[in-house]
Amino acid sequence: MRKLQRIATYIFLSIAAIVSIFPFLWMLVSMTNKSVDITQGRLLPGTHLFENLTVLFQQVDMVTALVNSTIIAVITTFLTLLIGSLAGYGFEIYRTPGKDRIFNILLLSMMIPFAAIMIPLYRLFGGISATIPFLGIDTLAAAILPTIITAFFIFFFRQNTKMFARDLVEAGRIDGLSELGIFFRIYLPTMKTSYAAAAIIAFMNSWNNFLWPLVVLQSPEKQTIPLLISKLGAGYTPDFGVIMSAIVIATLPTAIVFFLMQKHFVAGMMGSVKG
Amino acid sequence: MGKAMNNTGSIPYTVKKKRKSGGLKKNYIGWFFILIAVAGICLFYFYPMVQALLLSFQSGMGANLEYVGLDNYIRLFSDPTFIAALTNTMIYLLVQVPVMIVLALFFSVLLNDATLKFRGFFRLAIFLPCVTSLVAYAVIFKYLFGVDGLVNRFLIDLSITSEPLNWLSDPLLAKLTIIIAITWRWTGYNMIFYLSALQNVDKSMYEAAKIDGASALQQFFYITVPMLKPIILFTSIISTIGTLQIFDEIMNITNGGPGNATLSISMYIYNLSFEYTPDFGYAATVSYVIVILVVLLSLIQFKVAGDNK
Repeated sequence: MRKLQRIATYIFLSIAAIVSIFPFLWMLVSMTNKSVDITQGRLLPGTHLFENLTVLFQQVDMVTALVNSTIIAVITTFLTLLIGSLAGYGFEIYRTPGKDRIFNILLLSMMIPFAAIMIPLYRLFGGISATIPFLGIDTLAAAILPTIITAFFIFFFRQNTKMFARDLVEAGRIDGLSELGIFFRIYLPTMKTSYAAAAIIAFMNSWNNFLWPLVVLQSPEKQTIPLLISKLGAGYTPDFGVIMSAIVIATLPTAIVFFLMQKHFVAGMMGSVKG
Repeated sequence: MGKAMNNTGSIPYTVKKKRKSGGLKKNYIGWFFILIAVAGICLFYFYPMVQALLLSFQSGMGANLEYVGLDNYIRLFSDPTFIAALTNTMIYLLVQVPVMIVLALFFSVLLNDATLKFRGFFRLAIFLPCVTSLVAYAVIFKYLFGVDGLVNRFLIDLSITSEPLNWLSDPLLAKLTIIIAITWRWTGYNMIFYLSALQNVDKSMYEAAKIDGASALQQFFYITVPMLKPIILFTSIISTIGTLQIFDEIMNITNGGPGNATLSISMYIYNLSFEYTPDFGYAATVSYVIVILVVLLSLIQFKVAGDNK
């Protein structure tokens, strides 16, 4: 009986594992196959990899999408971490009842559905377009700005600051460091693991973001990888090999980070409940 | 991320001068730290929320808007597309979230068994879908579930069906495809929350239950579920908020079709604003329906599950 249960468990988990992994294997294999072969259900590696990549990079403008996505994700990650950690640190270290109240109000913004603020944001950036063109609709700055300040990261860093030894702040003051100096020279280096976890999540969110870039980035030379994949996928005569190549490239950064830094990755994902 | 405070010893304690400024200056600088974040959240979250509320009482094409009172809200009730979008979204919510949470709980209980072989591999495999972007996996699912896609080939090979199923063009099957896709993407994500919570459950409780002759199922319902209640509540709220806003998958797997059979509220808002002749006022009204649903459902879930916290 016990043995039977064991076997059933293994069979069940194996099916779950196969279902979870199969789409990954399929996209890797399909990346090397011709479109026709893919539609006919070929599941073996082929020899069309180079051709698929050539089409992707020369005819579909993957380079532009890669560059845009990278610029947006790197800047977003940097600013998200900076602003989020400054605030999380500020709320925890300089704690006052007033700030706690503000903090609770900020947390409410996590409940706001993006669809509800999308139109006003679009109109906001539309209004800016005329006066400050480099911040308006169809600029990378507009794609970045509304995404860099989120209550999630403020909360995340505040929770993590609770584990930061306050004595270090006092030690820094005694040392004659300014308050900002304490933050940059003591807090930041000691909290490296928290920053790593946050960076992974911020980068991933930005790299994969779809709806806001779809709304705000309109011209082809501004498009990001998710926009490109969506456009390719919606085409009437899709070249499956090329699309699969694009999907593999889009998935690669997050997959690599996941395999190299599993602990930080999971810690980041769960950051909202830790502490 | 808990190893932040190991190197206390490396800070040199050479006392230069004692800061004469006391609480006032520190308080002042404290506000400086949070200033950008507070301003940003007001500008990019709260201000748009107010704007959307004002918009929801206006109507007109593009930039020509005028106040129409409650007309938009009344229009909701007689708008078949909105009713379809609302119904679909609620179906996703009521079917997908419970199925996923039960599945994730089940996986986590199985994987929490230390005597299980290949535990790490199974955990990794089931978590893996989380690394894909929503657009990427949506496009993959669209092809997998196409008429001549691999899912149909597989079903025909196993003689489960003799003819290919119209996964994407049958109203019911299209909804099912969306539900399968979301479940594939998010089950592992929920599982890791439960797995980490299970680490904190006292093993002796299970030992005691076994001695008392409790079956595995009884242990699950009388120990595991009650112990994990707070985290189940948390994940169900997160999933509810996420599902109410579902957009990427709908747009990329079915584009709302066939007809409006898979259209979600977010997708309808997008269409109203950017696909049809833009009607920002009415789109804002529809968006407030999501806001109201998020608040209501979160409150209900807290009420239902929150009594022991």
